[in-house]
Amino acid sequence: MKKIEAIIRPEKLEPVRSALAEVGVFGITVSEVSGRGRQGGITLQWRAGEYKVEFLPKVKIEAVVLDEDVGKTLNAIVRKARTGEKGDGKIFILPVENAVRVRTGDEGENAI
Amino acid sequence: MISAGDTAWVLISAALVMLMTPGLALFYGGMVRRKNVLSTIMMSFVLLGLIGILWLLYGYSLGFGPNLGGIIGKLDWIGLRGVGQGPSDTYATTVPQLAFMIFQAMFAVITVALWTGGVVERTKFSAFLVLAILWFTVVYCPVAHWVWGHGGWLAKLGVLDFAGGIVVHVSAGMSALALALLLRPRKGFREKEPMEPHNIPMVIMGTGLLWFGWFGFNAGSALTSGGLASSAFVATNASAAAAALTWMILGWIHRRPSVLGIATGAVAGLAAVTPGAGFIPPLAGIPIGIVAAVICYYCMVLRAKGGIDESLDVWAVHGMGGIWGTLAVGIFASVAVNSSGADGLIHGNPILLAKQLAGVAAVGGFAFVVTWILGKLVDLTIGLRVKEEEEVVGLDISQHGERAYGGTLL
Repeated sequence: MKKIEAIIRPEKLEPVRSALAEVGVFGITVSEVSGRGRQGGITLQWRAGEYKVEFLPKVKIEAVVLDEDVGKTLNAIVRKARTGEKGDGKIFILPVENAVRVRTGDEGENAI
Repeated sequence: MISAGDTAWVLISAALVMLMTPGLALFYGGMVRRKNVLSTIMMSFVLLGLIGILWLLYGYSLGFGPNLGGIIGKLDWIGLRGVGQGPSDTYATTVPQLAFMIFQAMFAVITVALWTGGVVERTKFSAFLVLAILWFTVVYCPVAHWVWGHGGWLAKLGVLDFAGGIVVHVSAGMSALALALLLRPRKGFREKEPMEPHNIPMVIMGTGLLWFGWFGFNAGSALTSGGLASSAFVATNASAAAAALTWMILGWIHRRPSVLGIATGAVAGLAAVTPGAGFIPPLAGIPIGIVAAVICYYCMVLRAKGGIDESLDVWAVHGMGGIWGTLAVGIFASVAVNSSGADGLIHGNPILLAKQLAGVAAVGGFAFVVTWILGKLVDLTIGLRVKEEEEVVGLDISQHGERAYGGTLL
């Protein structure tokens, strides 16, 4: 089992969600996050003049998938979230020790 | 002789001006960071209580009571002694003196609230209350007497201030600057940490309430319900509209037509037309508003460049807007509008402009110096500023034990 953490543009959430559903990844957790990478921040208008905000709004998608599904999951996210500009985001893949389905108590791969 | 129409208008105007203080609370509250919004709102709102009482107990008497050497009112009217349902023989002679008194009470409340914009996000609440009482007593009441009191020395000199350009805006603006210098910048200001306004729709709600209430402020200052109130009403709206548009354009030239900018412009226009509303022809509100926006905009830029954390620009908007507006009375005023006023420069009388300048200099200088001294006294005894860790965690939690947007999920 692997956990996929994808930080993407907020407007790409819906395309990525439907692409993930197409490849059989239904269970995802979504959070609004802010951060920065190479894109940097944004300049905003004050009453007279301006100021810089370093962090931009992004969306983080978390999904835990079977090892053999990692490839198609990554592919679905990258394909739908990419614009080619700075700020498209990052994906991290982490090992998962165990999982439990709260409703049944099923553990491991049965809980995914 | 009491007039029903005048009385109704003055009482409604008092209520309109009362609403400006919560309006100002929202206007300021939206501009600070989310951890300090309650503290900012509280510094305005508490004054409806504090000054609302002090005005009845002694403020009205100091401001408007029998003249003592042109400087201050005597304490003859302390606790509203002799202030009743009949009219005063000097002020607003067609309405009950109680109506005039409560109308004036609301001016005192909002004037103290105005300068809090200079010291938000770092002032200890207990020290603020003490400073507010001192400032009200030692700055506001005397200045109100000088300009509006019967026998006040600036009134005798012929300085014109219809609704408080000098008494309210110049005094609050210069005081905010003095206190901001005394208090020093917010933590992170020098390091250019972004101090992002946390809720601009809240600022707009506040601006709307201010604009609405300002009709009571300016048109109500006619103290009668007839033609003069109507003239002041139109001048007020003209200046607010012109300044709002001008500020939007200035922002647009710089970058974008910002919403925070148009709201700020409206307030600058309202402040600037305040001293002249009932002395100038209504259409003069337009040039007054346009020039106010330009002056206040660049004063704000200058203030920021100077590294002064007068946080919500009370000096730039109210101070400089009030100064411009007061001088503008000396340019645009006409006795055809208000026979108890005077003619200004364009009606062939340059003397009025000199008198207006004297009024601005006297009150601006007095407010700046005395406020600095009062602030220093409070700082040396109680301490004006919160501890660094209280500032970091935010004043909502550290001063009031509350948070504005609580609840994790539900």
